[in-house]
Amino acid sequence: MDRASTVEKQQNLAPAYVGQKDVPLPESPVGTPKPQFKISGLRVSYGAKEVLHGIDLNVFANVVTALIGPSGCGKSTFLRSLNRMTEVVRDARIEGEILLDDESVARMDVVKLRRRVGMVFQRPNPFPKSIFDNVAYGLRINGYKGRLSDAVEHSLRRAALWDEVKDQLGKSAYALSGGQQQRLCIARALAVDPEVLLLDEPCSALDPITTAKIEELLFRLKSSCTIIIVTHNMQQAARSSDLTAFLLDGQLVEYQSTRKLFTTPSDPRTEAYITGRFG
Amino acid sequence: MPARAHVAELAPSLRPLRILWDRLRRGDEIAHVVTLIFASTVVGITALLVYQLWIQSALSRQKFGWAFFATRVWDPVAGQFGALPFLYGTLLTSAIALLLAVPLGLGTAIFLSEFPLARFSDAFAFLVDLLAAVPSVIYGLLGIFVLAPWLRVSVEPVLSSRLGFLPLFRGPAFGVGFLAAGLILAVMVVPFIVSVSREVLISVPREQREAALAVGATRWEMISRVVVPFAKTGIIGSVFLALARALGETMAVTMVIGNDPKISASLFAPGYSIAAVIANEFTEATGNLYLSALIELGLVLFLVTFVLNGLARLLVLATAQRGSIQG
Amino acid sequence: MSLRGRWRKFVNAAMLGITALFAITTVSVLFFILGYLAYHGGKNVTWNFFTRLPAPVGEPGGGMANAIIGTAKLLFVALVIGAPVGIFSGVYLSEFGGKGPSFFVRYTADLLNGVPSIVIGIFAYAVIVMRAQHFSTLAGGFALGVMMIPIILRSTEQFLKAVPRPLREGAMALGSSKWRTVLTVVVPAASSGIITGVMLALARIAGETAPLLFTAFSDRYWSSGFNQPIASLPVMIYTYAIGPYKDWHEQAWTAGLVLLGLVFVLNVATRLVFVRKIAAFS
Repeated sequence: MDRASTVEKQQNLAPAYVGQKDVPLPESPVGTPKPQFKISGLRVSYGAKEVLHGIDLNVFANVVTALIGPSGCGKSTFLRSLNRMTEVVRDARIEGEILLDDESVARMDVVKLRRRVGMVFQRPNPFPKSIFDNVAYGLRINGYKGRLSDAVEHSLRRAALWDEVKDQLGKSAYALSGGQQQRLCIARALAVDPEVLLLDEPCSALDPITTAKIEELLFRLKSSCTIIIVTHNMQQAARSSDLTAFLLDGQLVEYQSTRKLFTTPSDPRTEAYITGRFG
Repeated sequence: MPARAHVAELAPSLRPLRILWDRLRRGDEIAHVVTLIFASTVVGITALLVYQLWIQSALSRQKFGWAFFATRVWDPVAGQFGALPFLYGTLLTSAIALLLAVPLGLGTAIFLSEFPLARFSDAFAFLVDLLAAVPSVIYGLLGIFVLAPWLRVSVEPVLSSRLGFLPLFRGPAFGVGFLAAGLILAVMVVPFIVSVSREVLISVPREQREAALAVGATRWEMISRVVVPFAKTGIIGSVFLALARALGETMAVTMVIGNDPKISASLFAPGYSIAAVIANEFTEATGNLYLSALIELGLVLFLVTFVLNGLARLLVLATAQRGSIQG
Repeated sequence: MSLRGRWRKFVNAAMLGITALFAITTVSVLFFILGYLAYHGGKNVTWNFFTRLPAPVGEPGGGMANAIIGTAKLLFVALVIGAPVGIFSGVYLSEFGGKGPSFFVRYTADLLNGVPSIVIGIFAYAVIVMRAQHFSTLAGGFALGVMMIPIILRSTEQFLKAVPRPLREGAMALGSSKWRTVLTVVVPAASSGIITGVMLALARIAGETAPLLFTAFSDRYWSSGFNQPIASLPVMIYTYAIGPYKDWHEQAWTAGLVLLGLVFVLNVATRLVFVRKIAAFS
């Protein structure tokens, strides 16, 4: 029972936070999930204010993991520490250990790390360049040797945007609608072929139809990469993720298969949150 | 990437080199240093400017000492150089300018900051900015051919017949002189007072205004008792900025002040200013002492504007911070 | 209504009226200048003015072709000196500098910005003219370039700082290093603002006379290269205005109109372009 042992291991890291011994892992399209990120004792503070008070959690490969929790609970900070985007903020201090495929993230070359762990932000942030140049940006700075146009087309197809923009690749990215811009940003992140894709509330600025499109996209992407999505929209977490972690006040309250967490949460605080009693 | 593999295979003792190589390869350090060099150039140029003014004026400073500022005689032929007439002319014309420009500029700024239509206010402010963009030689042109004749024919005779009991308005009407220079300067510095004061007035928190209106103040009472006092330090800052401009202004003053190194009580009389004497005599300065004396005048101008600008910036900053803390 | 209430209302109306009157006075000065120059200078804006050299002293006619080219050359030298220093220093302040050093550089730039232009002229004279023993385009352009630096520096810094953080983070998250992010994302995003700053700085120095008097000096003929004295529109206006000939005065008006036109077109055009770009950006 490989799967169970994985769970064991995870529980060893964080016995306090996982309610039940026998957390069943979700059905995975690639068979046995393996932990890709191993996070232990993660504390992050900005200046004198500590935002995360020691998080232990494993993120599994080729699975969509959702992070939920009320705003200010530290879920974005958690996500940003995975590709060391926390370092962009002045006075940020990070303690604890994050391992990506058993290699310490902190000791990795940050450029290499961010190429392996892509990120999509809350609001679409295309560069003031053409659609093509946006997608090609990551390839160019990483010295891509192949044919750029092929790689750009491939990424746009993966982001389900190709058909809409194939005739206007030279146009400014600002000419696109909000939803298209966000898919462009996903394509931009996918272009460097990351192993992990971090999404920080990617749909908060989008309408429901566009949101549905992006959720569908995530479902298709998980066969080729690991996805971690932060959301405050519980329906979205329930619809699109396999595993869900609930954070509250900088602490991990519960980490479960999504179905279980939303139907029979083991922690009363989780129940209170998902039934809408706070947050 | 074969090059990288090569580096990775280095012996452990060479690891520090690899780290350095990585940092250089990423280039952030290099970019930092390159921009730092340019930023240092700015500091270097400014330091060099101060140094040049200091050493090039050494001859004059050693010869005349502090007496330079108390001597009324400026006689290049005799090698006698005193700065007093220029100090007098500079201060007098600037005083006239501020006397007229402060009410005019402050009134305009109040009007613009209180005007309900932001777009109109911005357009108006843009016109005021354009006024600041007019080259000073063009002000001088208008000063020589329009202002000075008008003063000589229409203004100065009237002033002297009505207010002639004051020494300020006595004496023959020349047209060019302290009054003309002061008037031109007033027009030139108004835009500076308007644009800075307007910003400061706009930054007064809305709560302050509303509190005044809520207790039944009229609009003017709100402005004069709440808004202007709140923005007081910033407005004084704008006046200092304007004063610094006026003291250092060259061309327009040179063209209308009359260029005569005399100290006269009459505003109608021709005089001279620091900037004007530098502009007029620099290329004709024969002999090192003459040049050195002119450069010392430049040094004085530099120091005075330096102090004024510094004070002005502090005051404007203080108001802006007060606004943001309370607002 | 009580007497006091009526008095307060009267004061209110009167004072607000006075501020309106002051505002109108201030702006009408601008229209007076424009109108007067257009009236006096407009009639002599002829082809000759732009293509002919000045006539020999005392003879009527001639133009200011050499001064127009001279102003262009001086602005070019100023741009070559002022723009790189200003822009790179602005990048330093906004992107790389620590708190202390940035404050120091910013303070120095503000100090330089407040130095009277005639003093900048003395500086250029001391470091270039004294050494070379002659007036030159280079010396004049240097003086103007030094004046441009603080203006460009502050506007560059401002516009770079206004680039939204998500854009920077987007590039960093793709594995871009800091300098690359600055070069490929931040500076391009702020480019229209930076160019605006440079154009406004050019507009500001285009009309400067005082720093040219004893650096570029003047010349009644063509000046070749960058190592000779050179005529410029502002200095020509000054010389002609204080000169003794009626014909010179006429030409001074014309040159004044051309110079003012140049300065205003630079100002208005950059603002229009800038406003449109900013609207597109947000």
